[in-house]
Amino acid sequence: MLACSVLGIGVWGPGLPGWAASRAVLAGDVPYLPTPAPAPPPALLPPTERRRTGPVVRLALQVAGEAAAASGLPPAGLRTVFGSSNGDGVVVGGILEALAAYTGERVVSPTAFHNSVHNAAAGYWSIATGSRQPATCLGCHDWTWAAALLKAAADVAADGQPVLLACYDHPLPVPLDALRPTLDAFGAALVLGPAGLGPGLRLRWAAGPGSTTPANPALHALFHGNASARALPLLEALARGGGRHALAYLDGHLDVEVVAPSPPGRGLG
Amino acid sequence: MHPPLFLTSATAVSAAGHGAAAHGDALLARRGGLRPNDWDPAVGGWIGRVEGVEGHALPPGLAGFDCRNNRLADMALRTDGFMEAVMAARERHGPDRIAVVLGTSTSGVSSAEDAYRVRDAGGPLRFDYDHTQDLFSLGAYVRAALGLHGPAFVVSIACASSARCFMDAAHLIRTGVCDAAVVGGADSLCRMTLHGFQALELISPVPCRPCGADRAGISIGEAAGFALLEREPPKHRQAASLALLGAGASSDGYHMSSPHPEGAGAVSAMRQALDAAGLAPGDIDWVNLHGTGTRANDAMEDQAVHAVFGDTVPCSSTKGWTGHTLGACGILEVVIAGQCMAGGFVAGCLGVSQADPAFRAQVATDTLHRPVRRVVSNSFGFGGTNCSLVLGAVQ
Repeated sequence: MLACSVLGIGVWGPGLPGWAASRAVLAGDVPYLPTPAPAPPPALLPPTERRRTGPVVRLALQVAGEAAAASGLPPAGLRTVFGSSNGDGVVVGGILEALAAYTGERVVSPTAFHNSVHNAAAGYWSIATGSRQPATCLGCHDWTWAAALLKAAADVAADGQPVLLACYDHPLPVPLDALRPTLDAFGAALVLGPAGLGPGLRLRWAAGPGSTTPANPALHALFHGNASARALPLLEALARGGGRHALAYLDGHLDVEVVAPSPPGRGLG
Repeated sequence: MHPPLFLTSATAVSAAGHGAAAHGDALLARRGGLRPNDWDPAVGGWIGRVEGVEGHALPPGLAGFDCRNNRLADMALRTDGFMEAVMAARERHGPDRIAVVLGTSTSGVSSAEDAYRVRDAGGPLRFDYDHTQDLFSLGAYVRAALGLHGPAFVVSIACASSARCFMDAAHLIRTGVCDAAVVGGADSLCRMTLHGFQALELISPVPCRPCGADRAGISIGEAAGFALLEREPPKHRQAASLALLGAGASSDGYHMSSPHPEGAGAVSAMRQALDAAGLAPGDIDWVNLHGTGTRANDAMEDQAVHAVFGDTVPCSSTKGWTGHTLGACGILEVVIAGQCMAGGFVAGCLGVSQADPAFRAQVATDTLHRPVRRVVSNSFGFGGTNCSLVLGAVQ
């Protein structure tokens, strides 16, 4: 079993514009109203770099920045784990369109090419914060959140250093979206630290299928429609002051338990 | 410092050869695998194209995964007895106790490229996205082909992907999430990468010459390779048995596609890797450079290697044999390091008549016959990502 603490939370999605504004919805105290809104341009980046970012990098940096700020830790000192099933499909789709139209001229923009890598968001994060800390970036189709959460918690448990985990998925462009439909843009981020420093999180990989869905039925469409929104049951547990769920991860599951709820009005509020 | 993890089986397929021993032979014979770009001639340059990919078929039950990247992966799985070694490990540990952590930069994107080309204007794409282009396709394929049921994911940090997955898998093993892991990865020729590097004006018109005074860019290659990572050494000692002694990683925080000029991130990754291994720079017998052949990368890496090792440890890049295999270069160069340790030689840069006179590190440009017991292998990538592995021969 892996044990760690949740030191900061970030969220961005339809009707979920940040942790503070979403907490009552996730706790079930306020009805969920899915109003999509694009993530704002990242204020952390200098203007020249900011102009090069599209909606996917902005989504990732929005949730990463919120969680890092909430942790109170210097962002440049955080190792990072970025998870995404789709990566920057907007950029990759643009390159695929350009290659299909190739007639002998150079068609791929150098900026688009370096933005197409799966670790583009991690690269912009390190530039924005001046961080030299290691970053890993991963994907695992519908189970990307489970994989990224397990990886981040194992990193904390192995080396005792805080880790910023950010998971984000944005719809693919036409015509790719017909093959891999993604509902809206959603991202979630946590800063995880060694056990005992904040609300406790326990994880265990186990065989056998997982079955979790969000407690709030109004969130089911987002949960099933966006790989990163598999984070919703954990965000609900953090908002509700604890809970345990079995999150599907490939043909096994991740047993996820929030064990030490934050006191009302303090800590993660 | 952590106890070492053992590579109880390892294999690779690249333009330099199929299997570990073929790489060792090509290195000693100084026989490179590059050829003029016959895959996408419009881009020009030279490429490291693997023989036999077009004719390779996936097993019937897994045919839905068919794409160039998974074919390359399957070719490697069936080389050097790797699949049999995993089957034996499955008996030892149980199929749900072995993780699959693999690296790729572009997965099966060439399937999407083909589908876009034949698509009617405004019409649908006809290809299997989930089993080819999706990043996890490689992990799903390898997990299914090996009958494993442990945790899995695909790491993608550009050209450091299959080096970094050793660290990510080591975290899972050291914390008891799993008992063993299949690591490595694959990257295959695709138009996106060839045209992208062409747009950056980084494709060499001649076979790449890492560290050469006249180096003029990269030659893109393709490769797949795997290693089985376990806590215990293999019961039956093999000449090529290797251990992961340490690893380090960092970010440049500088630019998306240009390396930090002094290689600050690379220095940090190498020093962390040595610290994790409990070794001093003088304990290292060879630095396997990332050494892509671009003006900027090799100059940066020379500064970084000189900062850590001075001019006393020979360093060289093997990309003159294989081309730059992008996300697969980490695992490929682990297998190459194993061959150099087993054969007792440093593979000096291929095709380099004169090393860059401005370089201060000890660049090898020919075969050096000497004991090689411990190797540092570097991999760097877009997004300013750096990863260094320390490998040792099993005593």
